[in-house]
Amino acid sequence: MLKIKDIHASIDGKEILKGLNLDIQPGEVHAIMGPNGGGKSTLASVLAGRENYEVTAGTIDFDGKDMLDLSPEERAREGLFLAFQYPVEIPGVSTTNFIKTAVNEKRKHLGQPPLDAVAFLKTMKEKTALVEIDKSLLSRSLNEGFSGGEKKRNEIFQMAMLEPKLAILDETDSGLDIDALRIVANGVNQLRNEHNSIIVITHYQRLLDYLQPDFVHVLVEGKIVKSGTKELALELEEKGYDFIKESLNATAAV
Amino acid sequence: MAEELKMLEETVSKEYEYGFVTNIETDVINKGINEDVIHLISSKKNEPEWMLEWRLKAYYQWLKMEEPTWPNVTYPKINYQDIIYYAAPKKKPKLGSLDEVDPELLKTFDKLGISLSEQKRLSGVAVDVVMDSVSVATSFKEQLAEVGIIFCSISEAIQKHPDLVRKHIGSVVPMNDNYFSALNSAVFTDGSFCYIPKGVRCPMELSTYFRINQENSGQFERTLIIAEEGAYVSYLEGCTAPKRDANQLHAAVVELKAMAKAEIKYSTVQNWYPGDENGKGGIYNFVTKRGICMGDFSKISWTQVETGAAITWKYPSVILKGDNTIGEFYSVALTNNYQQADTGTKMIHLGKNTKSRIVSKGISAGKSQNSYRGLVRAAKGALNARNYSQCDSLLLGDKCGAHTFPYIESKNKTAIIEHEATTSKIGEDQLFYCQQRGIDAETAVALIVTGFAKEVMNQLPMEFAVEAQKLLAVSLEGSVG
Ligand SMILES: Nc1ncnc2c1ncn2[C@@H]1O[C@H](COP(=O)(O)OP(=O)(O)OP(=O)(O)O)[C@@H](O)[C@H]1O
Ligand SMILES: [Mg+2]
Repeated sequence: MLKIKDIHASIDGKEILKGLNLDIQPGEVHAIMGPNGGGKSTLASVLAGRENYEVTAGTIDFDGKDMLDLSPEERAREGLFLAFQYPVEIPGVSTTNFIKTAVNEKRKHLGQPPLDAVAFLKTMKEKTALVEIDKSLLSRSLNEGFSGGEKKRNEIFQMAMLEPKLAILDETDSGLDIDALRIVANGVNQLRNEHNSIIVITHYQRLLDYLQPDFVHVLVEGKIVKSGTKELALELEEKGYDFIKESLNATAAV
Repeated sequence: MAEELKMLEETVSKEYEYGFVTNIETDVINKGINEDVIHLISSKKNEPEWMLEWRLKAYYQWLKMEEPTWPNVTYPKINYQDIIYYAAPKKKPKLGSLDEVDPELLKTFDKLGISLSEQKRLSGVAVDVVMDSVSVATSFKEQLAEVGIIFCSISEAIQKHPDLVRKHIGSVVPMNDNYFSALNSAVFTDGSFCYIPKGVRCPMELSTYFRINQENSGQFERTLIIAEEGAYVSYLEGCTAPKRDANQLHAAVVELKAMAKAEIKYSTVQNWYPGDENGKGGIYNFVTKRGICMGDFSKISWTQVETGAAITWKYPSVILKGDNTIGEFYSVALTNNYQQADTGTKMIHLGKNTKSRIVSKGISAGKSQNSYRGLVRAAKGALNARNYSQCDSLLLGDKCGAHTFPYIESKNKTAIIEHEATTSKIGEDQLFYCQQRGIDAETAVALIVTGFAKEVMNQLPMEFAVEAQKLLAVSLEGSVG
């Protein structure tokens, strides 16, 4: 599904990702953890194709395609979805109209006819129930004046509508109340099947309890320094990142 | 950051789609303006003596006037002797019989998307088409005449309804109101005339398309709409012109008169050639539009979507003379490349309990300058006058400008005047968010702009709202990459 090989990326001339490797198979859920400023959101942005991030070395293969060749919208239409750490407000554009446009752009790319109003509303209804999103939000301008939790829920709602092959959730669990957390987890679990993969960026064990990731990685200073199974997350929760940094220093010293 | 800007700059520049020229035999007079030219125009149109005198009077006034310099626009000095003041397609069809129209002309209408027969059949919109200086076709005339509505070219009205024209022409916009209205009064060649008798609701949208075809010609049309007591009419005007390297002048005058309980809704979709991406060519759109709510409980509403013209100078206004009258102004002005727009409105409250509402949405892209200029005046006798103004600006990129010049004059304490203004910018983060959802930057800009302009677009008659929406998107193409 996704093969990241030795990626180096910088912003405004400052190198943030310094040789990162990651391999994700269809059907897998990977958690990425790590201290603030380590480069987690940078990785998400690079994968989504944000222009101001410059990839200076390395390759990314997405489902057999050279991802670095694709524009952000092409990546999205090919099935990449990023739930933003800070979702953006777009005044004047209703959430429904926005999502409808997104869904139909993707369908066009896949050679499918646009969804008619009836079919679209039906899907909307299904997915709103799934992520328990307040319907009144959908007629409002996209994210405008939404509470922090509402914005995050709206990200998951869009994910449910777009049914991506690869979803990246950047701290979608931050700032959520207990109920919302469960809903987000449900949304992710709904998407989960043998074809789709998910990357969850998080600082907390709570979401991972719900999701039971297949792998956990620790990203420090632009590199994945340790990978393991879900037990690694528990160990991190207990010991903090220091024990990894210490073992890194020890390796460096050798 | 640099990429973001580059991207934004690139999204506003599709080729102007109405830039073709029609090869049609045209009757033109020599360039320049003088008494003889005015005599010639008047005699070509077989006008009565009073009309000629009126024109000459306007001409003498114009000679004494100065071109205004207060608008926030710049352009090289116009040489008024280098303009052709009369150009007419030679084969003039008999009104109502399309078979006699020059086939080249019919092709032009098709290209403009206003095939007249189609319009007749499908949408039930009555259309008048003015090409260069004269009106060439008016549809639906007979049907309208059955309910007593007169809808024809102003030239025809001067011939057939001289008393009506003589009574009302220049009564809302005096000939010496401003430099361009004086020029128009002297040399206007055609335009539309519309009269709705007492108590009649016009059963269909009335519409006029203006087209400049001839090179070096100016277009000076004059529109006069009168709604008698209790009458209602909704009127739409559209305009296009071929691509030319030289600037062309369009100086129109529109006068609206609403008697007691009458309502006039006037919508414009202005798409004159804006010039190329380097600012070469384009129409100077210097227009005086004004309506008067004469009788109590009357209403005049202006809606404009301005996307074309190199320079726009235009302030559709309402004089609220009767008590309990309502004036409205809804505007979307989009400027791109080197376009300049200085547009807004005047709401003059004279009567008691008068209300006005102004909603202006300015969109600037490229290196364009977009100014809102509005005056709200409550006279001493305008007890309980109310105005609400909202002026929003949206910027694409950082090389364009948005300006707001609101003027408020209140002469009585019971008047309540409110003004709100906002400025926002389409940010790289917004575009990226859209792109991440599979929506390319160009579509994203169109989506955001449409949302921004929604309140105004909703005021347009249904048939034209879709067209206007497309026009906004097209005018922005190329402004992001
Ligand atoms: N425009 C920029 N110029 C310089 N440095 C930047 C710029 N943008 C981001 N950075 C830096 O890149 C580093 C990685 O940031 P990133 O947002 O990827 O971290 P993160 O792992 O997601 O952190 P958090 O857990 O706090 O979300 C940070 O040190 C940040 O300050
Ligand atoms: Mg982050």
